[in-house]
Amino acid sequence: MSVPQPWPPKSVATPEDLVVALHATDEGGADLVQLLTPEGERVRDERFDSYAADVGVAELQGLYRDMVLVRRFDREANALQRQGQLGIWVPLLGQEAAQIGAGRALAPMDMAFPSYREHGVAWCRGIDPTELLGIFRGTDQGGWDSRATRFHLYTIVIGNQCLNATGYAMGQKFESKVGDGPDTEATMCFFGDGATSQGDVHEGFVWAAVYDAPVVFYCQNNQWAISEPTERQTRVPLYKRAQGYGFPGIRVDGNDVLACLAVSRWALEECRTGNGPVLVEAFTYRMDAHTTSDDPTRYRLAGELELWKLKDPIERVRVHLVRSLGVEQGYFDEVAAESDALAERFRRFCMEMPAPAPDRMFSQVYAEESPLVAAQREAYLAYHASFEGA
Amino acid sequence: MATLTLAKAINEGLRSAMERDPKVLVMGEDVGKLGGVFRVTDGLQKDFGEQRVLDTPLAESGIIGTAVGLAIRGFRPVCEIQFDGFVFPGYDQIVSQLAKLHFRSQGKVPVPVVVRIPFGGGIGAVEHHSESPEALFAHVPGLKVVACSNAVDAYWMIQQAIASDDPVIFFEPKRRYWEKAELDHDATPPPLHSAQVVRPGSTLTLVGYGAVLKTCLEAATAAAEDGNDLEVIDLRTLSPLDLEPVVASVRRTGRLVVVAEAPSETSVASEVAARVQEECFLSLEAPVLRVTGFDTPYPPSKCEDDYIPDLDRVLDAVDRSLAW
Repeated sequence: MSVPQPWPPKSVATPEDLVVALHATDEGGADLVQLLTPEGERVRDERFDSYAADVGVAELQGLYRDMVLVRRFDREANALQRQGQLGIWVPLLGQEAAQIGAGRALAPMDMAFPSYREHGVAWCRGIDPTELLGIFRGTDQGGWDSRATRFHLYTIVIGNQCLNATGYAMGQKFESKVGDGPDTEATMCFFGDGATSQGDVHEGFVWAAVYDAPVVFYCQNNQWAISEPTERQTRVPLYKRAQGYGFPGIRVDGNDVLACLAVSRWALEECRTGNGPVLVEAFTYRMDAHTTSDDPTRYRLAGELELWKLKDPIERVRVHLVRSLGVEQGYFDEVAAESDALAERFRRFCMEMPAPAPDRMFSQVYAEESPLVAAQREAYLAYHASFEGA
Repeated sequence: MATLTLAKAINEGLRSAMERDPKVLVMGEDVGKLGGVFRVTDGLQKDFGEQRVLDTPLAESGIIGTAVGLAIRGFRPVCEIQFDGFVFPGYDQIVSQLAKLHFRSQGKVPVPVVVRIPFGGGIGAVEHHSESPEALFAHVPGLKVVACSNAVDAYWMIQQAIASDDPVIFFEPKRRYWEKAELDHDATPPPLHSAQVVRPGSTLTLVGYGAVLKTCLEAATAAAEDGNDLEVIDLRTLSPLDLEPVVASVRRTGRLVVVAEAPSETSVASEVAARVQEECFLSLEAPVLRVTGFDTPYPPSKCEDDYIPDLDRVLDAVDRSLAW
């Protein structure tokens, strides 16, 4: 059993309390990489500062904008589900920094394998948010070109993608894309704390280690696998598992976009140069429900969310931009206006999406069509047509 | 012409496919130095290297899951599952990813993976080494499933399966691995997804696949001595089924006996029976009969001669059909 925690918190936490709380979630907390505190203060990190050295005012503004826009369409999608326009939505609220930091670290030729919550990484891969809607409206099961964008389709079965990503990374290695050449590549695999209990994640770690595959295993530990807290998945901090497989594991403040960017860049660089695989645990929090079908009030206290709101990934960047970098209000107004426009376009697109025709279900089951499927399509369409004009 | 065993025929087929296309990989447990427990991949690692013939860690989900990733990257992996009963840890990856990616991506992501599975009993093995799980794959949309019965087909079918852009589950009749046939390397093989009439006849249609096909041919020889002229059809492709030759045959003979080693309930044999009665209802002179393994787990090996459909059980069904 876990050590009893003081709960609920006695009063609103101070910034110091928050940092302590973040670090105290387990004994490995002191290893947490953080470059921007929840209060928006830039802290130095000998190991990772160099990986964020090129992030000036404009670049940090860019990361801020990414997070605001992604949060905005995420909230819009949630609302669209509530209004019956989507069958389900999988919110990313709270995980914007973890996803934008990693997503912006990826180079164009790198490959990413998402689970089903990586809307922020999709954004970074150039996928328009409207392309995500088909899955959740039920008009499609994919929706984007995973080869052109180098962002694999969403994987819904927990952990499956860790093996697929590892195989892909093995292929990169077999094609000599690892080392000191000009065209090196890496793969990044996204999964959550719950997935770490899956055999496929274990096997992915084993395979990647045995074949020195250039894959970054990027675990967003958002503390909850639907209703089960991380302690139902593990006895040790997740990043420490890497040691047992023989590769480095590191924990980063998943609500710190700068740290996530720096650590991801380092991890990808390690992989591209032949030092992969690497495990990154982005320590974050799922601020909303698992999906729109879930009800977190049944299993967690509202106070926990309130505590994490004080560690919000976007607010700390805004504070830093204002206080330390002198960014004027006009910039934030521009981003807000842009996010409103995006939300409006997103909403309109969603509501105008046509339902697929009945023959959609027979489409592309095989590369070389099965005569059985062809016969069933023909028979069903004839049956369907028999009602026309009736 | 060359005389070779079924195991060697697959070996030569793999070699030929690997020579033709550098993206073809062989991966599995013990497929490298050892050449596989049945020696089907013998010598391939020596000639193609460790990046083309991968001795993988011992985990079937890992074999299939990484093969899927390699296929996404543009490779054409051929996975070996050591024994039929060991495929189930990989079943999730086969059903959830391998079978569905083409549909999920609407054709943008083909996954040309071949999963080779030695299947069936008759080798006196312990549990999990003698099963016939083909229906569990034939039931999954997105997969193609084939079973070879002899060395000549094995040589061609493995190459055709590798060339296919669809995932193919490739069943090999393990108790026939050491049976020889004459192979003409210059012949033109029939399409992969085609059933073949292997012995023409007029009295009754006998359909089988995999290891029991030989039993079917022996039954036809025995029946001929009694003046019964059986037509024997090797199904070869289990998904999609190619029933045109079967339907054409049954319309002539009016009688069908389907032979398979797998349990009968919800099986490939049952699907053949159902579809043939739909297509041949007015031609049938007798109900379609099935001769199969029993609806039990595969038994201890000292019982397997009773479990596997043998000559007598096939002939018994032939007699029952003819007596109808």
